[in-house]
Amino acid sequence: MLKIDNLHAAVADKPILKGLSLTINAGEIHAIMGPNGAGKSTLGYTLGGRPGYVVTGGSVSFNDADLLALEPHERAAAGLFLGFQYPVEIPGVSFVQFLRESVNAQRKARGEEPLSGGDFLKLAREQAGRLRMDMDMLKRPVNVGFSGGEKKRAEMVQMGILDPCLAILDETDSGLDIDALRICGEGINAIMRKPDKAVLLITHYQRLLDYVKPDFVHVLAGGRIVKSGGPELALQLEEQGYEAVAA
Amino acid sequence: MTEQVQDQKDQAAREAAAKVADYEHGWSADIETEFAPKGLDENTVRFISAKKNEPEWMLEWRLKAYRHWLTMPMPDWAKLNIPPIDYQDAYYYAAPKPKKVLASLDEVDPEILEVYKKLGIPLEEQKVLAGVEGARKVAVDAVFDSVSVATTFREELKKAGVIFLSISEAIREYPDLVKRWLGKVVPMHDNFFAALNCAVFSDGTFVYIPEGVRCPMELSTYFRINAENTGQFERTLIVADKGAYVSYLEGCTAPQRDENQLHAAVVELVALDDAEIKYSTVQNWYPGDAEGKGGIYNFVTKRALCQGARSKVSWTQVETGSAVTWKYPSCVLNGEDSVGEFYSVAVTNNFQQADTGTKMIHNGKGSRSTIVSKGISAGRSQNTYRGLVRVAPQAEGVRNFTQCDSLLLGKDCGAHTVPYIEVRNPSAQIEHEATTSKISDDQLFYAMQRGLGQEEAVALIVNGFAKEVLQQLPMEFAVEAQKLLGISLEGSVG
Repeated sequence: MLKIDNLHAAVADKPILKGLSLTINAGEIHAIMGPNGAGKSTLGYTLGGRPGYVVTGGSVSFNDADLLALEPHERAAAGLFLGFQYPVEIPGVSFVQFLRESVNAQRKARGEEPLSGGDFLKLAREQAGRLRMDMDMLKRPVNVGFSGGEKKRAEMVQMGILDPCLAILDETDSGLDIDALRICGEGINAIMRKPDKAVLLITHYQRLLDYVKPDFVHVLAGGRIVKSGGPELALQLEEQGYEAVAA
Repeated sequence: MTEQVQDQKDQAAREAAAKVADYEHGWSADIETEFAPKGLDENTVRFISAKKNEPEWMLEWRLKAYRHWLTMPMPDWAKLNIPPIDYQDAYYYAAPKPKKVLASLDEVDPEILEVYKKLGIPLEEQKVLAGVEGARKVAVDAVFDSVSVATTFREELKKAGVIFLSISEAIREYPDLVKRWLGKVVPMHDNFFAALNCAVFSDGTFVYIPEGVRCPMELSTYFRINAENTGQFERTLIVADKGAYVSYLEGCTAPQRDENQLHAAVVELVALDDAEIKYSTVQNWYPGDAEGKGGIYNFVTKRALCQGARSKVSWTQVETGSAVTWKYPSCVLNGEDSVGEFYSVAVTNNFQQADTGTKMIHNGKGSRSTIVSKGISAGRSQNTYRGLVRVAPQAEGVRNFTQCDSLLLGKDCGAHTVPYIEVRNPSAQIEHEATTSKISDDQLFYAMQRGLGQEEAVALIVNGFAKEVLQQLPMEFAVEAQKLLGISLEGSVG
């Protein structure tokens, strides 16, 4: 599904990713772990196409298309979802309006008919329920006045509504209390653990992986993947620290 | 310049004017002539008054205004950079230019059609706006599913006792009502542009809602379909008698072009005891091109007299057009417990300049006012909020709340807030909040990551910013106004 080959990327002329390679197949869940400043968030933003994250080398193919040639909204329509570490507030625009326009923009780009208001609300209600979020929350402006945990849950609701084939989740676990962590974990499993979907979890800690069992764990350091393994690698990292494992 | 060259220039100008009026002959004093010669003197004023079949008192009123105008300088206090205007180098009266009749929409400028499409204007209505032959009746049928909407509306209004007609007709048919209120809210000597309007106003609207009557319809729908070329010096007078209510919508979201660069309208509203007037404007005159060439100069004087106790006037405006906007819809709150409201969205892009805001003059005890202004600047434009809140010494218990928010797109535009607060009674409660923000890269990327194209994302964020104002608009125009904001800002980011 996703094939990253020798990716180099820079932010403000400073090289951050330095030859990162990673292949993710449909049905797989991958976790990327690493110390602060390793380039984890840069990887997410670069794959999402954020302006300012300049690819200086390498290639990325997504479902056989050249991902790097697409605009951010085209990547979204192609099925790539980025869960933000710090979800952004948009005053005056309700989640319902925001997501309905987003869903229909994606459908239009794929040549599909737009969802009617009724169908959209039904879908939104279903996905919000899965994350134990009241529909009234979705009538509020996007992320405005939401707690850190509510923002992360809202990201998962958005993922459920947009129904991507690849989700890159950047520190979804940060800012979550234990209950919210479990709810989000279960949400990720319910939405994304399917034969035709894949997930890339970006995280510092093992705790989210208790709920979302990864098939592969990678250690990112100095802009490259320095070690890969199974779920046991995450446990080893938790015990011994990045320095010991990545060295 | 030699006399001969001057003559030739005048000749060319006359020919151009004749062309504009679709009239083959040159100027003569003959009443049959369809346009006045270039320039402004007492003869021009007499000519206009005669064309309108006006009574003597109206002519005298116009002449008085004209003589006063001659003594006034053009105001220069606004934050507007306007090249000198030669008032003798303009035409002050031409019969409405017949729109070129088109056989079908295929003949319309594709760029304009594209805008219609984006605004979601129904096909049949597009034909009316574009001037396609035979479209009017079709459009009326298509939009309202009735035989003749104008007649139906007129009858319904008549039944309710509402007077709704052009100001020229009103001057002839209801001289006492017009005489009583015309120039009472905006006196002819009020300002340079108001005086000019008094002297040469071409036409406009008169509305009178009798005591206790709630106008049975928004006067917008009617107005919209029947929007004729009301000309550059429009005059509107709306009087709501005791306990009356009316909602009036001026303008149109479809792009409006006009041969005349100079516009100076006057709108006067009068609300007596317990009366309420809701006045909504969508202004989308030609803003000039991306290089700042051309575009309308819009100098408007709008004022409401909340004369009666508990009277209320609410101004809502969405200003996206014109090269220059100079406009301060205001409320003189004389009535006890009267209420004034001003909700404004002003968008400037490219080289547009807007200096707009309101005046809330609190003379009545317990009068209240709310001001919500949202300025959106893009390109190299300049957008200024200028507002006055004044509380008179005798006005006990006045309250005002003002909120001015500015949104900047890009780094070459400007947003300015100039609030004047003059309080002469210590019991007043005045609040003023102001913010300036930019559309952040974070917001844009977030919205695009969810699937919205850049321009859709900008439109969504801007609409969120302006929401408090847009929700004041009558339903039918709110949707179009939302789309209009997006269209006005196209190409302003990235």
